[in-house]
Amino acid sequence: MLDAKIPAGTLDDKWTEYKGHCKLVNPANKRKLEIIIVGTGLAGASAAASLGELGYKVKAFCFQDSPRRAHSIAAQGGINAAKNYQNDGDSVFRLFYDTIKGGDYRSRESNVHRLSEVSASIIDQCVAQGVPFAREYGGLLSNRSFGGTQVQRTFYAAGQTGQQLLIGAYQALERQVALGNVKMYSRHEMLEIVKIDGKAQGIIARDLVSGKLERHFGHAVLLCSGGYGNVFYLSTNAMGSNVTAAWKAHKQGATFANPCFTQIHPTCIPVSGDHQSKLTLMSESLRNDGRIWVPKKQGDTRKASDIPEEERDYYLERRYPAFGNLVPRDVASRAAKERCDEGYGVGSSKQAVYLDFAAAIIRYGKIEVGKEGNDHATQEEIIQLGKDVVKEKYGNLFDMYEKITGENPYEIPMRIYPAVHYTMGGLWVDYELQTNVPGLYSLGEANFSDHGANRLGASALMQGLADGYFVIPYTIGNYLADEIYNKAVETDHPAFGSAEKEVSDRINRLMGIKGKQSVESFHKRLGKIMWEKCGMARNAQGLQEAIAEIQALKKEFWSDVRIPGNIAEMNPELDKANRVADFIELGELMCKDALNRNESCGGHFREEYQTPDGEALRDDKDYMYVAAWEYAGDSNWNLHKEPLNYEVIKPTQRNYK
Amino acid sequence: MEHYTMNLNLKVWRQQNAAAKGGFKLYRVENISSEMSFLEMFDVLNEQLIHDGEDPITFDHDCREGICGSCSMYIDGKPHGPWQANTTCQLHMRAFKDGDTIVVEPWRADSFPVIKDLMVDRTAFDRIIQAGGYISVNTGNAVDGNSLPIPKDDADASFAAAMCIGCGACVAACKNSSAMLFVSAKVAHLALLPQGEPERRSRVLNMVAQMDKEGFGACTNTGACEATCPKEISLSNIARLNQEYTLASLTAK
Ligand SMILES: Cc1cc2nc3c(=O)[nH]c(=O)nc-3n(C[C@H](O)[C@H](O)[C@H](O)COP(=O)(O)OP(=O)(O)OC[C@H]3O[C@@H](n4cnc5c(N)ncnc54)[C@H](O)[C@@H]3O)c2cc1C
Ligand code: SF4
Ligand code: FES
Repeated sequence: MLDAKIPAGTLDDKWTEYKGHCKLVNPANKRKLEIIIVGTGLAGASAAASLGELGYKVKAFCFQDSPRRAHSIAAQGGINAAKNYQNDGDSVFRLFYDTIKGGDYRSRESNVHRLSEVSASIIDQCVAQGVPFAREYGGLLSNRSFGGTQVQRTFYAAGQTGQQLLIGAYQALERQVALGNVKMYSRHEMLEIVKIDGKAQGIIARDLVSGKLERHFGHAVLLCSGGYGNVFYLSTNAMGSNVTAAWKAHKQGATFANPCFTQIHPTCIPVSGDHQSKLTLMSESLRNDGRIWVPKKQGDTRKASDIPEEERDYYLERRYPAFGNLVPRDVASRAAKERCDEGYGVGSSKQAVYLDFAAAIIRYGKIEVGKEGNDHATQEEIIQLGKDVVKEKYGNLFDMYEKITGENPYEIPMRIYPAVHYTMGGLWVDYELQTNVPGLYSLGEANFSDHGANRLGASALMQGLADGYFVIPYTIGNYLADEIYNKAVETDHPAFGSAEKEVSDRINRLMGIKGKQSVESFHKRLGKIMWEKCGMARNAQGLQEAIAEIQALKKEFWSDVRIPGNIAEMNPELDKANRVADFIELGELMCKDALNRNESCGGHFREEYQTPDGEALRDDKDYMYVAAWEYAGDSNWNLHKEPLNYEVIKPTQRNYK
Repeated sequence: MEHYTMNLNLKVWRQQNAAAKGGFKLYRVENISSEMSFLEMFDVLNEQLIHDGEDPITFDHDCREGICGSCSMYIDGKPHGPWQANTTCQLHMRAFKDGDTIVVEPWRADSFPVIKDLMVDRTAFDRIIQAGGYISVNTGNAVDGNSLPIPKDDADASFAAAMCIGCGACVAACKNSSAMLFVSAKVAHLALLPQGEPERRSRVLNMVAQMDKEGFGACTNTGACEATCPKEISLSNIARLNQEYTLASLTAK
């Protein structure tokens, strides 16, 4: 059932060969072909702009009031590219290798290699659009390093890289809107895929302002709807991020791959209480300069500043001397959990570790006084100059931390704890980014493609833009070339009618429940089950319990949820109810996937499968496959396996020691 | 940091839809922790309203990290509330004390009609960008990123302008509902870069024309926009816009 359509040839040649031989659509025909794009984050906006430029008729949808506000805007740290501007040994191969290894050998070689190949063009494209990347004094682009790698290949714009990249893509998109090639539907939510003759040929969307359902035809549909981390309720994702678009596709036959592969980011601001609505990331780039530690004594209640150097345990540096504080995210997160579980956590909740900049401040301060030739600088002067350097690098993150916690991280170490951040799983796609439903594509975080069981920092932005700017413009032609004979289907076609009825029935059913509990309260309960039993560490018993609990929660939701207001109006509670209902179903599948995978790999850590020193223990013999789940009715799924063949890289145990 | 809890009175603008007449309603929230964000306090209020069978208050929000520009509440007479260089979502309750009465309204500007309660329509900003807020470069046309060195100071200045989150607080703060700070930030972002040069003149003329067409007011240099801007976009951008505009008008063909 699953054909990844990996082109023949050596790894280096596949993409070139593909591009040389894929079918093309001539300009006159492009004008007759309509493409629907759901989502205008980095993946969707870049795809909409590029396809509009090519001359296709594009309709783009987002639920925010403007495409500029997609969740991609929040990405902080940077974007990778194999430019080797630093002359430090980077190459297409090395980026490819790091990504495969970082993903713990659970991704497809061909896709990842293509990603590395196009990475350099992304930077060029963004610079040309006017993205103000950080630069050196000589006027050239600046780089920094990120977790899980030993080269400096990350391009950035202070702590706002996602914002600047998205604004670039957004502006390119708005230019196409002005030219009439793209029609933008903001404050719209896609609620169903319309299939005709087995192919995706349209969507049902709800205008969130009027509450009206709309029918839209497309010769192809692209889902660029982002990740589903909010299934955990608390995550670093934006409040609106959701799985609904992908989930509707799944229920229409698209398989969902590796749903349990979730990334828990090690450096987030800890939960402060029950009122918590979301968690805030402190960029991974901070680990370049911050040192992570806990007290050596359990239950130590002293202030950080009162704990002398020799009583601090810099546990990452201790356990992983080669990578130290720069180990990949999954490793760093588990190590923090391990310390806190053992009773070494800090802060009032004890669910936190320190991220300390004192040493970096002094190091930078000394460099600065050295530059000034000041041999008699006082400690205060050194610290002041060091703080200035740290401020220049991370000022906005430090400000954000202080706004949230009320504590000044220049003076006292930050408190951090892991939080759900990114979902590697998503809609299964082949080499062309097409799901197993013809005409239905998925790009960006919504698909499962490139990051295996763990994503490296600064690689999601790269993937989203690679998919949208450089992959889909080629691969979609290969499909649409055969669609030129098919005229646009009128939206009074029965398939549109029944899809619309499906949606309105469900909305009516939700509104008709008139129960007692709020949508939010269900979402919180789902999140708690997921975090405790399908979070940073999982085991068979917990997962089985979680499945039963989620099934019970689903029943309760559908009989006792309370949604105020009406259908024919702006009604955020109804929007949320639609999303939470899908999250509940997804949660069950995630647990089933985690239960099926009797190994530990990347972000998926099954307690039963670990090495004696607590590292993840993969089982390549039995689990070197993509688990693609086919929906088979309520609480029922069939598993399809796409075997992963490593032709170039030889999988080994990941070693960051 | 000492944490505390507080009871508050809220006076919130309620408006069913664009056509309806709105008005203030009074609410009381109790046991609010000083560690909560302002929007989390609204979450508490909304849960309470849902529980009591009332309609919760509609407001825009998404990232809750001060970067997407969605959140937009006019709090005690100031867009985004009392803190400097801050968005509504990043305002925390330690800014308030027990017994306070807080007045919350939507952005008020003819070009930003109310959709419901505290949610307004800011699509006028998108249309201004459509008028010229971009560099015309199709995908695939780019040369190597380092083939065009840009002095760090120029790149930094461009970035400082590009930090605008398009929230519209500048418009809400201005007695004329002028969008000059927003427009000037985009003009400056692109004019400061060599890539922006070819379209420099048409861009500023077209964006300003669209701004006027959307009905935003004139700029009389009162500076309320800069004082409220969460990203501290500088008034000097407006000076730059005026310069660019004059130059472009003089040389317009
Ligand atoms: C705090 C934070 C920091 C990060 N930092 C980095 C970083 O430094 N480097 C990095 O590489 N990655 C980073 N990431 C990850 C990265 O930002 C995301 O993976 C990436 O931006 C996702 O882009 P996307 O285009 O796939 O989806 P999104 O940007 O999430 O966009 C989704 C789009 O889909 C739309 N949508 C969704 N559902 C529907 C529907 N049903 N109907 C209509 N529209 C819909 C939304 O409106 C939106 O436009 C970070 C993530 C977070 C949370
Ligand atoms: S200039 Fe400032 S206040 Fe105005 S939209 Fe931009 S960020 Fe908001
Ligand atoms: S919610 Fe994104 S800036 Fe406030």
